[in-house]
This record gives sequence, C-alpha cells and structure tokens, in this order.
Amino acid sequence: MTTLPAAAPARKATSGAQQKLLAFASLIVLLIFFSVASPNFLQTSNILAILQATSVNGVLAIAATLVIITGGIDLSVGTLMTFCAVMAGVILTNAGMPLPLGVIGAIAIGVICGTISGVLIAKMKIPPFIATLGMMLILKGLSLVISGTKPIYFNDTPGFSEISTGSLIGQVFPSVPVPNGVLILFVLALVIGYVLNRTVLGRYCFALGSNEEAVRLSGVNTDAWKIAIYALAGGICGIAGLIIASRLNSAQPALGLGYELDAIAAVVIGGTSLAGGRGSILGTMIGALIMAVLLNGLRIMSVAQEWQTVVTGGIIIAAVYADMLRRRRAAS
Amino acid sequence: MTDLVRLTGIEKRFPGVHALRQAQFDLRAGEVHALMGENGAGKSTLMKVLSGIYQPDGGRIEVSGQTVTVPGPRAAQTLGIGIIHQELALMNDLTVAQNIFIGREPRRSFGRLDEARLNADAAAIFAQMKVTIDPRAEVHSLSVAKQQMVEIAKALSFNSRILIMDEPTAALNEAETNELFAIIRRLKSEGVGVVYISHKMDEIRRISDRVTVMRDGAYVGTVQAADTPIETIISMMVGRDLETLPVEIPDLGAAPVALEVRGLRRGRAIRDVSFAVKRGEILGFAGLMGAGRTEVARAIFGADPREGGDIIVHGRPVMVRSPRDAVAAGIGYLSEDRKHFGLALGLDVRANVAMTSLARFRNAIGVLNEAALEATARRYIAQLAIRTPSDRQEVRLLSGGNQQKIVIAKWLLRDCDILIFDEPTRGIDVGAKAEIYRLMQGLAAEGKAIIVISSELPEVLRLSHRIAVMCEGRLTGILPGGPGTSQEEIMRLATVRQGAVEEAIA
Ligand SMILES: Nc1ncnc2c1ncn2[C@@H]1O[C@H](COP(=O)(O)OP(=O)(O)OP(=O)(O)O)[C@@H](O)[C@H]1O
Ligand SMILES: [Mg+2]
Repeated sequence: MTTLPAAAPARKATSGAQQKLLAFASLIVLLIFFSVASPNFLQTSNILAILQATSVNGVLAIAATLVIITGGIDLSVGTLMTFCAVMAGVILTNAGMPLPLGVIGAIAIGVICGTISGVLIAKMKIPPFIATLGMMLILKGLSLVISGTKPIYFNDTPGFSEISTGSLIGQVFPSVPVPNGVLILFVLALVIGYVLNRTVLGRYCFALGSNEEAVRLSGVNTDAWKIAIYALAGGICGIAGLIIASRLNSAQPALGLGYELDAIAAVVIGGTSLAGGRGSILGTMIGALIMAVLLNGLRIMSVAQEWQTVVTGGIIIAAVYADMLRRRRAAS
Repeated sequence: MTDLVRLTGIEKRFPGVHALRQAQFDLRAGEVHALMGENGAGKSTLMKVLSGIYQPDGGRIEVSGQTVTVPGPRAAQTLGIGIIHQELALMNDLTVAQNIFIGREPRRSFGRLDEARLNADAAAIFAQMKVTIDPRAEVHSLSVAKQQMVEIAKALSFNSRILIMDEPTAALNEAETNELFAIIRRLKSEGVGVVYISHKMDEIRRISDRVTVMRDGAYVGTVQAADTPIETIISMMVGRDLETLPVEIPDLGAAPVALEVRGLRRGRAIRDVSFAVKRGEILGFAGLMGAGRTEVARAIFGADPREGGDIIVHGRPVMVRSPRDAVAAGIGYLSEDRKHFGLALGLDVRANVAMTSLARFRNAIGVLNEAALEATARRYIAQLAIRTPSDRQEVRLLSGGNQQKIVIAKWLLRDCDILIFDEPTRGIDVGAKAEIYRLMQGLAAEGKAIIVISSELPEVLRLSHRIAVMCEGRLTGILPGGPGTSQEEIMRLATVRQGAVEEAIA
C-alpha cells in the first residue's frame, strides 16, 4: 500500500529479543571472566551464594518491572519490603500468631500499601515519582515507629527461617541444595512472566505504558487497572519482606532504603524501558543476576566494596547506552 | 424513518472557551455526512460529546429515536458508536490485533488471554475490509496509512452503526485515500452512518451525501453535497467569500542562489539529490508518500546524518551536522510531525512561539522579557488567526489546525533566510490555508528562499515557482510552476522507476 521499506518491521520485531540476548551474553562473559580469574568462583557453594544474594533484589525487581512497564516508577519497594517484614514480626513475635497468618499478613500489607500508591497515582493524579517517594518515607518512618527502632526476632516461630534458608529442592536432590528463597524467586518470575504475557492484567501493563490516553479512549477503566498493578507490585514486595526477614531471622527496621535503586538498576540492565511499554521479566532476572555475579566476583577477586558500587553504576550506563545504540540502528 | 443520531442544542464550555453553542447535527443510516468548519470550529468537540469522551453542558443526544446519555467511551461502544480520532490513538508497543481489541480481549478463565482468537478475529476484520495487515505486527512498525487502517478496523470491530472519522485522510496519499473510500462505500451500503470530518474540499464532493457546516461552535447549515458549489460551502465556513489567486511567477533571472544542495545521499532513502533555490523563490517538492522528500529536508537541516553531499548557503559551503548548525546557517525546518518534533505540548502558546528565538528575549543575565514575549505571541495570534483564549493557553488544548499554526509562527519569528515547510497545511482549514499561502508568498517576495513539501498536488501547483518531483529517493525531474504544468505530468515523474530517470532529467 505504501512505499515504506519492507525490511523495517522484521528488524523491529526482533529488537526486544536482541536486548535480552545482549544482556544474557554479558552475563555469560562475566561468568567466564570470573571463573578464569578465580578458581573459587564456580564452586557450587559460591553459585548458591550468588543465587541467594539475587533472591531479594530479584523479587523487588519483578515488582519494579510491572510498574515501570506501565510507564510509572515505584521508589517505595525497598521500604515497603521492610515494612512488611516488620509487620510479620508484629504478627508472629509480638502477637504470637501462627506462621501462615504471618505470611498472609505480610503479603496483604504489601497489597494494601501498593493499593494506596495506586490510588494516589491513578485517582489523585500525583506523579508516580512523587507518590512513591512519599510512600517510601512514610513506610520507612512507620517501620521504625512500630518496631521501636529495634530489630524484631523470629526465635519463637521455628519454621520462619525455613521460608528462605530451608531447601525443598535439597530434600529431593541433596547435591543441589537450592535455598527456598531462590526457589520462590524463580517460581515468582515464571508466574509474573506468564501474567505479563498471557493475561489481561499484563496486556494493560504494556498498553498503559505505550499510550495511556488511547487505552482510556478505548473504554478501559485505566484507573482501576493501574491500581491493580501497583497492588500486585506491593504484594510482591511483601514476599520480598518475608524472604529477607527469614534469611536474617529478624525484621531489621533500618534496612530498605537503597533497595529500590538496586531493583530499578536490575530492571534497566534487563532492557525494560523507563519510558514504559516494553520490558520483560526474563530481562529483569538476567539484570538482577548480572548485578549479583558482579558483586560476588569482585569480592572474590578482593576488590574493595566501594569499587563494586562504582562498577555497578558503570554497568547501568553501559547497558542503557547499548540499548540506545541498538535502537538507533533499528530506526535508521 | 428515524435518524440514527440527532444532536440538538449541544453546549460545551472549556475554561476560557465556549466551544459549542447550540450545536446540532443529525445522521441517517447509510449516508456519509460531512462535518466541516474552520480550525477550532468545534467539530472534534461535538463528536467527542457524541462518543462519550466529553460530557455536554446542555442539549440532547438521541440515538435511533431514544434520548440517551453517553457517560463514557464504553457506553458509546454499546450504542454502536465508533470513532477514529484526529490524532491517532494507538498503543505503539502492542500488536495490531491487541490494539483492535483493547479492553475487549477474548478471555479464558482467570483473566488469561486467548491470543489465537484475538489474531483470528483481527484477521477476519481485515479480510472484510479487503486490506492486508499482519495482526501480529507491532503498530510502530506500520506506516501511518496502515495505522489509520488499524484505527478503522478497531472502530468496525464494535459493529458500529455510527462511525465517526475525524480527518482520516490527513496522512494518506491518493491511493490510500481511494482504498479508504472504497471501505466507506461498502459500509454505507450495509447501512452504517458515517460522520466524515475533513479539510480537503475535493473529498467532500467525492464521498459525502450531505454537508453540515459549523462556525465558532455554532450550527451554520446543512446542504446536499451533490448540488452545492464548493464556493458556497467555503463561504458558509469562513463567513465571507475567498478569492483564489493563481500563482504569479516572479522573474528570478538575476536573483542569487540562496541554497544549493549537491549530491545528497543517505542509504536508499536519498540517492544523489542535487538542486538549488534562489532568493525569492518557492520550490515545491512533490511525490508520493515515502518518496524521500522529508528525508531530504531532514538531511539538509542536520536532523539526520547524511552519507554524502554538500550544502551551500549563499555561495559558501556550510558544515551542517545538527539542526543547531542549520539554524545558525539560516535554515529553518517546519516538521510534518508537529506532535513529536514541532511543539512542547505542555507549554503555553507564548513559550512555544518564542522557542527557537529565546536569545532575542533575554537580558544580559538571561532573564526573559515577558512583556516582549507576550507582545510577539499576540502579534502572531492575530496575524495567523490562531484560535486560542489567550497566549497563556497550553498548546495541547488547542485544536489540531491551530497547533500547526503555532509551529509556523515559531519559525516565522526565527526569521531564517531559507525555510523548509513540510506539509504546512495538513489539517488546516481553507481560510487559514489561504492565509498561510499568502504569508509564504510574502516571505518569498521579501527575498527568502522557500521549500514546500506537500502531498496535495493542488497545493504544490498553487504555490510553487518550480516543482521538484521525487520518487524512491531520487529527484526525477524539475518542472516549471504555474498553469502550464498539469497534475498528470507530476504524477508521471512521481512514479518513474530507476532507468527512466536519466531521460527525464535530460
Ligand atoms: N480540552 C480542552 N480544553 C480547552 N479547550 C479545548 C479543549 N478541547 C478543545 N478546546 C477548544 O475548543 C475549540 C474547538 O476545538 P475542536 O478541537 O473541536 O476544533 P475542530 O473544529 O476540531 O478544529 P480542527 O479542524 O483544527 O481540528 C477550540 O478553540 C479548542 O481550542
Ligand atoms: Mg478537530
């Protein structure tokens, strides 16, 4: 019908896959580099340590991915995680309730806080950056107030530390004692990946990020869906809260600030666009793994902690620049 | 027979704007009813009231004889009202099928999507429309024309009995317009009522049965399309008679060359393009969509990199590596895509007009002179008849055509020696069009060199002193302007394939 070059669509259709491939290749390169540089790197125990270190950031990054695909941002994922952990402590330790109630309670608190963020953004039209910045500070403060600024320990709830550090897989295959925290991360990634690509909620995530006005004009209740997406992200932060509290066997109220930036970093490295409309859970998982491998490898090579932060910053910029280059090539 | 739609006494006010005053409109089954009026007359607003996007402040909406309220887009869909918006409203990152069925995707249990059915349903609609578009293609990979077809498919997917098309052909070429008209005729024969909004006068005759004209938010009258002269419709729109002056070609024999382009190249988009424009000359660029005219303009302007070619301004070669370099060399470019490149939509009229010339409005320490900014903005609002409540109105709230005028004002203020207008009158009403033509001719008479890219042949013929024709990235010929040149001649050059080119140039 028109005389536009026919080659363009094919090239563009594969561009998302390309970015994931690039991130995946970088991960492989890192793995090869560190295993050559240090014989300890590829030990099973070290690999498990890397995965264990990924679990919290990975789960938070999944929550952040959902929100970022809608074209929003959630700065409160870290302190919401902590708040959920503290509330689990209140339910289990202070009130002495049974374990399942603590788990459900933590996730429910996450959903409620996510819903509040969603209402602030969708109904009250507060920009996501501001709304979640406010939530971030409110939740940090509440965590400190409720806990009396002291850690809450879970010594009276024996099963609690199993949530993250126990190993269901290890019971079946003793040679690969993958901790439950990692198992939760992978199951969650599969579920949310499915939700994003195969369900109505996922469809509206991409649609909102792509052109919110168009979705609204199509007769979709955009506000309700946006709130639902923030609520889901909040619930996922609740899961992250359980993982971290279980690993530390305590809720540490001072923790949480800074986690949101690590989560956003993982999302960005994984190729999800901060402009919204495109992204994937697979990419985010690769991004989170790249960050964990990097930190672990540099530590094994005895590079000072301070430098690890510098390198992470460099990686973020490099990842986004690589994406820009690819896009520019695809556009011309 | 009762009318499909009857709107009576519709009122709508926005802050500072009385957009609809006792507006009325009716639509019968199986007719194409054109809605016409100047930019900002309220056409889009009236149709947004009918399709549930705006709530009227007064008046009555009847659909099939029943008085109804249309609280939202969903309610409109249920009533069988489909609308294709003036500005494309698609989700670029989603596929064609996903766009068509947004909000109504076929579901299985637990909110899971039935993607196979989604694609099959979309394919069925395209088959019915007799167009070939892959339902799985992502929308951003489609041409504007195909995106338009997706919008139409979306409106049809509601089984709409009432279909509103707000300037559907603004970005379509001749062949695509014909295709659209074939679809409209088919719908018409099935009893669908179509509301057709357009500024292209020739289309109204070709496609519509009746014409309703609005002016300043009010109803002016309804006439039969077949036996009403275009001049009558125009004078109903603008409230006076417009005279059409034929182009007067000045004698530019002694005029110096202002811009010369030699051997411009970039991949397959631009293949060895060379031409020159004299001071005081209007050079038209004709060609089919995708012929590479915009690419040439962007390359000259430094907006895209080029692989080869020299740009010579007033006899001196200049290095143009960015739009900044181009503006410094006195070249201005009015982009065809005002939404993306031409305007800061969230800023007010005043800020947008002064955007490229802010340096002139600041004092030694960079503080802006708001009084001068205001005076300037007001001058252009008056000169171009920009319909806005004040110079502080955000540009996104203006009607489409008035936004375009602001892009023009911006570059007029910049006072460049060489101005490239890319589709300057897209979406602009007849009255304002005449005004813009007059303006361009005035600029040329002042000694500026002007390049006009337009897909509307009558416009090219009406304006140009010479006409450059492009096809597939090549310059296939340069014709003299004026009544001596016919549309057929241009079309012939616009469709020459490689091989025939040398002969045509010679
Ligand atoms: N949301 C809004 N807020 C404020 N003013 C508005 C809004 N929408 C439209 N207007 C104003 O209402 C008037 C009518 O606009 P409308 O878009 O209906 O014009 P139109 O006839 O479709 O013009 P065009 O041919 O340029 O598309 C204009 O003056 C416009 O600036
Ligand atoms: Mg309009």
